[in-house]
Amino acid sequence: MSDSAKVTDKLLPDLPPPANSTGFIGWMRMHLFSTPANALLTLFAAYLLYILMVPSINWALISADWIGDSRDACTSGGACWVFVYNRFDQFMYGFYPEVERWRIDITFVLLVVLAAWLMLPRMPKKGLVSFITLIIYPVVAFFLLYGGSFGLEVVETHKWGGMSLTLILAIVGIVAALPFGVLLALGRRSEMPIVKSICVVYIEFWRGVPLITVLFMASVMLPLFVPEEVDFDKLLRAMIGIVLFQSAYMAEVVRGGLQAIPKGQYEAAQALGLNYWKMMGLIVLPQALKLMIPGIVNTFIALFKDTSLVLIIGLFDILAIVQAGLSDPNWLGFSVEGYTFVALMFWVFCFGMSKYSQHLEKRFHTGHGAR
Amino acid sequence: MPSDANKSPSAHTTRFWHDPAKRAILFQSLLVIAVLGFVGMIVQNTLHNLESRGITTGFAFLSQEAGFGIVQSLIDYTESSSYGRTFFVGLLNTLLVSALGVVAATVIGFVMGIARLSNNWLIAKVASAYVEIFRNIPLLIQIFFWYFAVLRALPSPRQSLEPLDNIFINVRGLYMPEPIYGDGFGWVVVAFLLAVVAVIGIARWSKKRQDETGQRFPLFWTAAGLLIGLPLVVYWIMGSPMTWDNPVLKGFNFRGGMTIIPELAALWLALSIYTAAFIAEIVRSGIEAISSGQTEAASALGLSKSKVLRLVVVPQAVRVIIPPLTSQYLNLIKNSSLATAIGYPDLVSVFAGTTLNQTGQAIEVIFMTMLVYLTLSLLVSAFMNWFNTRMALVER
Amino acid sequence: MKKMGLIAATAAMTVGFSVNASAADTLASVKERGFVQCGVTTGVPGYSNPDDKGNWKGMDVDVCRGIAAATLGDADKVKYIPLNAKERFTALQSGEIDVLSRVTTWTLTRDSSLGLNFAGVTYYDGQGFLINKNLGVESALELDGASMCIQSGTTTELNAADYFRENNMEFEPVVFDTADQTVKGFEAGRCDVLTSDQSQLYALRIKLSNPSSAMILPEIISKEPLGPVVRQGDDAWFNVVKWSLFAMVNAEELGLTSKNIDSMKSSKNPNIARFVGAEGIKGTGLSLSDNWAYNIVKQVGNYGEAFDRNLGTSSPLKIERGLNALWNKGGLQYAPPIR
Repeated sequence: MSDSAKVTDKLLPDLPPPANSTGFIGWMRMHLFSTPANALLTLFAAYLLYILMVPSINWALISADWIGDSRDACTSGGACWVFVYNRFDQFMYGFYPEVERWRIDITFVLLVVLAAWLMLPRMPKKGLVSFITLIIYPVVAFFLLYGGSFGLEVVETHKWGGMSLTLILAIVGIVAALPFGVLLALGRRSEMPIVKSICVVYIEFWRGVPLITVLFMASVMLPLFVPEEVDFDKLLRAMIGIVLFQSAYMAEVVRGGLQAIPKGQYEAAQALGLNYWKMMGLIVLPQALKLMIPGIVNTFIALFKDTSLVLIIGLFDILAIVQAGLSDPNWLGFSVEGYTFVALMFWVFCFGMSKYSQHLEKRFHTGHGAR
Repeated sequence: MPSDANKSPSAHTTRFWHDPAKRAILFQSLLVIAVLGFVGMIVQNTLHNLESRGITTGFAFLSQEAGFGIVQSLIDYTESSSYGRTFFVGLLNTLLVSALGVVAATVIGFVMGIARLSNNWLIAKVASAYVEIFRNIPLLIQIFFWYFAVLRALPSPRQSLEPLDNIFINVRGLYMPEPIYGDGFGWVVVAFLLAVVAVIGIARWSKKRQDETGQRFPLFWTAAGLLIGLPLVVYWIMGSPMTWDNPVLKGFNFRGGMTIIPELAALWLALSIYTAAFIAEIVRSGIEAISSGQTEAASALGLSKSKVLRLVVVPQAVRVIIPPLTSQYLNLIKNSSLATAIGYPDLVSVFAGTTLNQTGQAIEVIFMTMLVYLTLSLLVSAFMNWFNTRMALVER
Repeated sequence: MKKMGLIAATAAMTVGFSVNASAADTLASVKERGFVQCGVTTGVPGYSNPDDKGNWKGMDVDVCRGIAAATLGDADKVKYIPLNAKERFTALQSGEIDVLSRVTTWTLTRDSSLGLNFAGVTYYDGQGFLINKNLGVESALELDGASMCIQSGTTTELNAADYFRENNMEFEPVVFDTADQTVKGFEAGRCDVLTSDQSQLYALRIKLSNPSSAMILPEIISKEPLGPVVRQGDDAWFNVVKWSLFAMVNAEELGLTSKNIDSMKSSKNPNIARFVGAEGIKGTGLSLSDNWAYNIVKQVGNYGEAFDRNLGTSSPLKIERGLNALWNKGGLQYAPPIR
C-alpha cells in the first residue's frame, strides 16, 4: 500500500478562511461593501458623517474654552462653555437661595438612594422601601424643599427653578398620577357601565388634547374654577394640570399591565373567596405592577421631556432658565452653547432611562417565559 | 369583574350590600352624584367668580373685529376680520403643518426604520444614532434649534438665493410663483376628476380580473398616466389658461407669489424629524415581528427579494405597525401646538394666544381649542381604526 | 370617586402651599400675611428684571416696594411673581397677586370689562419702532411692506395694525411669546422692525449683541400710560396703591429724597410736615401708619430717584424724563396734594 503514507488517523487542522473574508477586511466586505449599491451608500454615509462630525467635535471639544469668569475668557474661537460653567449653579438650582441649596441636594440624594435600592435586584425589604418612597418620601421632600417647619426657612416656589424644578415636576407628575392611573384603569376594565364610561371619557379626553392647552387651562382657568378665597400657587397649578393629564396616560399603561395577567389568576383569586379589592390588591396588581415598570419608565421619559413646556406658562425650568441667562447683556450670543447644554442634559437623562427600561423589558420577558 | 362572577343564587336573602349587583348600582349612583356634584361645583364657582370679578362672558366676541395681523393665512384675512375668523385661520394653519408633518415623518420614519435593519453596518449605526439622538431630546428644544439654525443660515432679502428662476430663499421665507387660474381652468379640474373616476374603475376591473384569471394589470403606470396625462392634454387644448404671479423684491420684502415662512419650515422640520425617530422604531419592531419563516417560505416559493418584501413582509408588518403609528400621528398633531414657541400662527398661537389675550375670555377660548384637538384626535383614530380593520387578517 | 380623591389631594397640598385669602379686604390680608404679592414681568430691564442673584430691580419693582413700605413699613416685604403678558390679568383677578405692576397699558377695555382698576400712571409711554440702522429708514412712514417683530398679547399688536392701516401700508407681523424672543427674532433678521413701547425699546436694545447697530425711530404711534393695577371693588386697597404712587411724585415735588428726608422731618414747611405725618390727616384715612409716606421715601426714594436709578441717566437705558418730568418742569407727572 504505497498510499498508506497519505493516510493519517488525525484530523488535519482547518485551513484558514480566505484572507479577504476574515479580520477587519472581511468584516468590511461583509458589512460595508457587500454590493456596489451598498458600497456607494457606505461612502455617502461616511462623507456625511465626516462633514457633520469633524467641525462639531472641533467646535465643542477641541477649540472650546471651559473655565473663566467672563466672556473675555473665550479666546480660542470654539464653544464658550465658560457661560455654562459660570451659571451652572443657577441652571441646576434656579433662584433657590444659595445658603439653602443643600436642601435640594439632600432631597435628590435621598431619592437616588431610594431609587437605587428599588432598582437593584438583590436588595431586601422592597415592599417597605417602596412604601417609604411613594408615601413618606414625598412629604419629607416637600418640607425639605419648601420649608416652613423644623426651623427651615420658607423658600417660595417662584424661586424654584432649573434642573431641580424640571425633575420635581416630572417626578411629582408620575408619582401622583400613578394612583389615579390605577383607579382609572380598574374603572375602565370594570363591568359597571357607568364607571366604565366615565373612566373612558376621562382617559380619552386628556389623551386627546395637547399638554400645552392643559397647562394654559391650569394657569388661566383653574383659578376661576375654585371658590374665590382659595388660590393656588402657580407651580401647584401646573402640577395639577400635569397630573390630570398624566393620569390618563398612566391609566393606559396600567391597563396594559392588567391585560397581561392571565385570566386564571383572577379566577383563582375569586375561587379563594377574595372580594374585588382584595383580589386586585393582593393578586393582580402586584403582578401587573411589575410588568408595568418599563411602561412607567417610558411614560416618565415622555413626561420628563414634556416638562420643558412649562416655559410657555412662565415657570423657570432648565430650558427657561438657560434662555433667561442667554439674554443677560454680559453673556449675549451664546445661544448655541446654551441650547446644546440643555439638549445634552435631557439626552443623558432620557437615554439612560430608556436603556434601563429596555433592560427591564428583557428581564421581565424572560421571567415570564414565552408569551 | 366580581359583579357577575360572584352572583349568589340566594341574593334576595342577603343584605343589599352583600349583593354585587345592587352594590354596583349603589356604587355607580354614588359615583354619578360625586361627578355631577364636582362638575356642578366647578360651574357654580366659575359663574360666581366671573360675575363677581366683572369679566365678560359668552361667545359674542367671536363676531368682533380682531384688529391684529396674522403672518400666514390660508383663507382671506385682514385686520378688520372677526375673532371668529382668527379661529379658522389658526385651525387651518394647524391642519397644514400637521398634514405636512405626517407625510414627512412617515417617509423619514420608514426609511430610517428599514435602514436600522440594513446589513450595511454603517447605515444601520447611523440610523440607530439618529433614533437615539432625536427621540431623547425634548421637541421644544429641537424647534428652537431648527428655527434659529434656519434663520441663521439664510441671507437677508436683498441677498436672496435664487436656486431656480423666480424662486427666492431668504431669512423671511421661501418665495415661489403663485398660479393664477384663468377662464377655462375649470375644465382641467374636470379632466382630473374624470381621470380619478376612471382610475377607480380600472382598479376594480383589474382586481376582479386578477381574482379570476390570475393575470396582473400594470395598474400603477396606467393610473399615473391617466392622472397626469388627461389634465395636461385638456390644459393644452384650452390654450394654457393659467399664468404665474412672480414674487418681486419691493422695499423690505418680496411681494406677490406664495411664501413658506421660516416658522412653518422650522416647525415642519422639527415635528417630522422628532416623530420620525419614533416611527422608525415602530417600523423596525414591526418588521422584526414577522417571523423569518414567512420570509423563508416566500423565498422557497421562488418570489424575488423585492416581491417577498412587497407581498409578504410589508402587508403583515403593517398590521403590527398601524396601531402605534396612529398614536404617533396623534402625538404629532398635538405637538404642532408648540408652534406658539416660535410664533407660527397655529390655533394655539393665534386663537388661544392673541385672541385670548385681546378678549380676556379664557374659558370660551380654551374650551373651543380643546374641543378642536379632541375632535381631530377622534377623527384620526376613527380613520386609522377603519384602515386597520381593512388591513386586518381575515380569519375564518 | 377619583375626583373626590383629587379634591382631597389638592386641598391637602394647598394647605402646604399657600391659601391666599383674596377676599374683599386686600389691605387687611396683606397686613396679616406680612408681605405684598406683586406681579411683575419675567424680565424687562429697567422695569422689573432679576439680577444674577435673583433680586428684582426696576421701576415697576420700586412701585411694589413703595406699597410694601407704606403698608408694612418695610420695602423688602414683597413677593415677586413673574408673569407673562397672557397670565397677568388672570393672576390679579384670581387673587394670586395683590397688585400688578408690569408695564401694563391703561385702556378702556381693561379698566371696564376685566374687573380691574388702574391706580395711576408710573410711566407715560408710547409705542415706537426699533430698526436696523443700515436699512437707511428715517421715518415710520417708510416702513411699507416691512416684517415686524411683536410680542403677543399686548396692545402693541393692535396699535401696529391700526397705524399701518391708517397710513395705507402693509406689514408682516411676526408674533413671539416673550420680549426676549422678539429681540432674538429681530437680531436673527427675521424682521426689519421691532415694535414695542418706546421705553422698552431702549431696554431691549441693550439686549442686542451690538446695540449701536439699531436705532429708535422718532414716531410714537400710540398713548401707553403704564401703571399699577388692582382688582375692582376694593376701594381701600385701591387708595393705598394710588397714594403710594402719589407720595413718590409729591416727594419729588417737595424736594424730599431718601437721603435728606431724615433732616427734613422737623421742617416747618406745612406740606412737608403733613407728608412725613407730623401734622394733618396722617395715615388714618388710608388705615396706614402715620409715617407711611416717610417710609416710602426713606426706603425707596422719590419718583425722580426711582426713575433715575432704573431708567434714567444712572441706568444703562439712559431714557430722558420727557413726558415723565414733573408737571412744573414740562412733564405730565402730577399728584394731588397730601392734606
